[in-house]
Amino acid sequence: MSAPAEPKKLTKKDLTGDHPTWCPGCGDFAVLAAFFKVLEKLQFPHEKICTIAGIGCSSRFPYFVNGHGVHFIHGRALPLATGVSLSRPDLNVFAFGGDGDGYSIGGNHLDHAARKNVNLTYVVMDNFVYGLTKKQTSPTSPEGFKSKTDPTGAIDQPINPMKKLVYGGASFVARTHATQVKHMMQVFERAILHPGFSVVEVLSECVVFYPGIFDDGNPRKGGEFDVIDEKQWDDSEEDKSRHDVSDENAAYQLATLRYPGKFGVFYETDRPTKNQLEQQWIDASKEKVGEATAADLIASRFASMK
Amino acid sequence: MSASATSGDPETSVSPSASSDGITELQNAVIRFAGNSQDGIQTIGGFLARLAGRSAREVMTYMTIPSTISGGASIFQVHLGSGEVLSAGDEADFLVAFYQDSYNNHIDSLKKGGICIYDSDHVEEVREIEGTLHVGIPITSTTVEAIGGSARDRGKNIFVLGLVTQLFSLKREKLASLIEKQLGRKGDGVLRNAMLAFDAGFAYPIGDLLGQGFDLREGVQGKGDKVTTDGNTAMTLGLLAGGVRYGAGYPITPWSTIMEQLRTELPKYGGLFVQCEDELAAVSMALGFAYSGHIAVTGSSGPGLSLKMEALSYATMAELPLVVINVQRGGPSTGLPTSVEQSDLMQAIYGSHGDCPRIVLAPKNVEDCFYVGVEACELSQKYSCPVLVLTDQALATRIEAFAQPDLDSIVKEPELDQKTRGEEFKPYPLDGLTRHAPPGTAMEGGKYPVVTGLEHDEWGHPSGNPEMHARMNARRREKIKALGEELSLPEIYGDEEGDVLLVGWGSTWGPIRESVNRLRDAGEKVGTFHLRHLNPMPNGMETIFAKYKHVVVVEMNDEGLYGNGQLATLLRSRYCDPKIVSICKTDGLTYKVREIIERLKGITA
Repeated sequence: MSAPAEPKKLTKKDLTGDHPTWCPGCGDFAVLAAFFKVLEKLQFPHEKICTIAGIGCSSRFPYFVNGHGVHFIHGRALPLATGVSLSRPDLNVFAFGGDGDGYSIGGNHLDHAARKNVNLTYVVMDNFVYGLTKKQTSPTSPEGFKSKTDPTGAIDQPINPMKKLVYGGASFVARTHATQVKHMMQVFERAILHPGFSVVEVLSECVVFYPGIFDDGNPRKGGEFDVIDEKQWDDSEEDKSRHDVSDENAAYQLATLRYPGKFGVFYETDRPTKNQLEQQWIDASKEKVGEATAADLIASRFASMK
Repeated sequence: MSASATSGDPETSVSPSASSDGITELQNAVIRFAGNSQDGIQTIGGFLARLAGRSAREVMTYMTIPSTISGGASIFQVHLGSGEVLSAGDEADFLVAFYQDSYNNHIDSLKKGGICIYDSDHVEEVREIEGTLHVGIPITSTTVEAIGGSARDRGKNIFVLGLVTQLFSLKREKLASLIEKQLGRKGDGVLRNAMLAFDAGFAYPIGDLLGQGFDLREGVQGKGDKVTTDGNTAMTLGLLAGGVRYGAGYPITPWSTIMEQLRTELPKYGGLFVQCEDELAAVSMALGFAYSGHIAVTGSSGPGLSLKMEALSYATMAELPLVVINVQRGGPSTGLPTSVEQSDLMQAIYGSHGDCPRIVLAPKNVEDCFYVGVEACELSQKYSCPVLVLTDQALATRIEAFAQPDLDSIVKEPELDQKTRGEEFKPYPLDGLTRHAPPGTAMEGGKYPVVTGLEHDEWGHPSGNPEMHARMNARRREKIKALGEELSLPEIYGDEEGDVLLVGWGSTWGPIRESVNRLRDAGEKVGTFHLRHLNPMPNGMETIFAKYKHVVVVEMNDEGLYGNGQLATLLRSRYCDPKIVSICKTDGLTYKVREIIERLKGITA
């Protein structure tokens, strides 16, 4: 094995894995393309990129990225990714998934990853429908949506992902639209650079089972892509009405807006990550035991039991 | 083993002919303390067990804990001996009853010729019961008096410890130093009160009241003091010695004390144990640690193991190494959370969906928990698969004394393998074992592996190819079979041919062995072997079965629809031998030697 000579620039070509299995026109293609662009910009070492997903159309993501990856079981991508993040601070950990994986079967894990503020980035491709299993109601399907499991229209109130994320304690919460690639890239970049649990909800259309659902947020289809006007902290008059991303209540207010609502960063706060807090404990414990080897430590436990 | 070590034998009595000075020498004694859990009766047992380890005696304890939050009737039984101690004892030689209820509920456990000491402040005076000796001592009021009245009746456990020390001629200094070591940490006041209570108990004229005393012989001192601890602690240390540095879990009795200890210990090793939101997250996070290149553990008890099953199937498919500890308890469902059972064997081997081969091990006693913990780590790494360890509630909580393992030759300092992989790297080679390239590993060919639960080709690409699925299934099966070929046949204890072969696994080892001793003493031709590897099992067991008229599998689980316990079912399926029959039970208690012997009569008659 030869030592790498000049560090080669990481390109989209290097990062391209298997050809996506998604249907033509699927919103997820744009998410993948935006992810590649941001990685090209950030230039993490190739071997330090790790993508992790559960089950669903969008959860096939790790096959399409040429990098270390895990295609795990339904709903459990976040706990697995947490294990990777906590034990390998050298890695850049990304989790991908859909609304069913993240908000339904994995909904509890999302709350706990959020409250623990695990250092990783989670991208949810929300299409308001179960696509891989061919059109059943999803936790984000609007009331009245006709699916194979709700032939007369969905009756349960859908989850509001932004409320769930802000309430859960995620330290970076943003929302974007798969047709707005430039915005999506900006949000991804901020999410990836944020230290802590950063989540991006991407409205990503299923053109087969729920076509047109996100047109209201797409100017090319006659909708409005209403971007959050963030505070500039410039003491100007107009700044007073702008959104303070560190204000949890303001983020919650934004989350209550009628569909299609606003896009951009709802909430961003700087609080200690679980990674940092655990490391502090590890460092303090290591300091106490000094140079003791594992054999020394076990021997001293045995000595205390004699 | 000498016949004198069979103190659990109902035929022998503890108070035969006292020697001229009124001191009877004992080789073994079973002492049962019956009271409430808040009285600290576990503490008495703990001190006696620790003393055993320091005086070359063998020891085994047994306790019941109420599954209520605090309080409730509880017992602690300790079997001390200078010979081999294989069980906690069928019946007690000595019973110490703290309350009327404890007396009423446990007097039947006192063997003929046994001695009962009861707290006359709480238990009505007992007129002589034929064949037993009763002594009432005002334990509560004497303790209060000794300490000075301020501490109410706290400390009566230590008073009783003093009483026992005197009664059995135990070394006062050794116990006093143990008390000091243990309670000194809690402050001078606590230690002073404890020593006042201890000395009051020690000075109490118990010998005069009984008209006799005892001398519990010390064993022959070997190399250094023995370790005395419970199975969950031994397991924890085995995992640490085997190289576990990361883990995740969710609290459930009786598994919790392993995760509590790992949570406290691992940071000292630079590692981490995480308490998760549920069992699904726990197994998933542990797989995240394993994928990252670490030796990782998760664990639980029956219901929690069920919840982990989907992810364990993934671990077989993705070929990720993982150690999974299952501290079995009574089932089904919430069942008997603080009782013992061996009813998770089938779940451990077959509980996941799909054809899902994996390794299953079981420790036979507390000491073995350490070694099985180490072996589970080794096997998970060698075969890159989940390894399930079936311990149980009895092993988890009971205390035994054993020689300290040779740590220098056992303890592993794990290293993260991140050497660059060449272009030929395949995560799932059809002609070799999986050696994953953890994230962070540079790939010379520029192609990075995806670890997957979909059926896949050698490179990990999803594949629905029918031939590939068959070949990959075979690959996952054959590697586990290969371990089976490496295993040597279990050692036979007792007669190597004869009438009866007793077969066991897990914590039934002691009572089965003691049954064999007693049956052979009575002239029967009986042997036994114990299985540590339950999946795969060693090959060639049929050659052993052929040497006996009866093959009897002793298990703590139900006989099922067809009259066979879980291991018996597996052995019958493998060997198609109708000679293999079962002794099963599900009363939530460990086997008494007498139970095994009596049930065996029904089979051999």
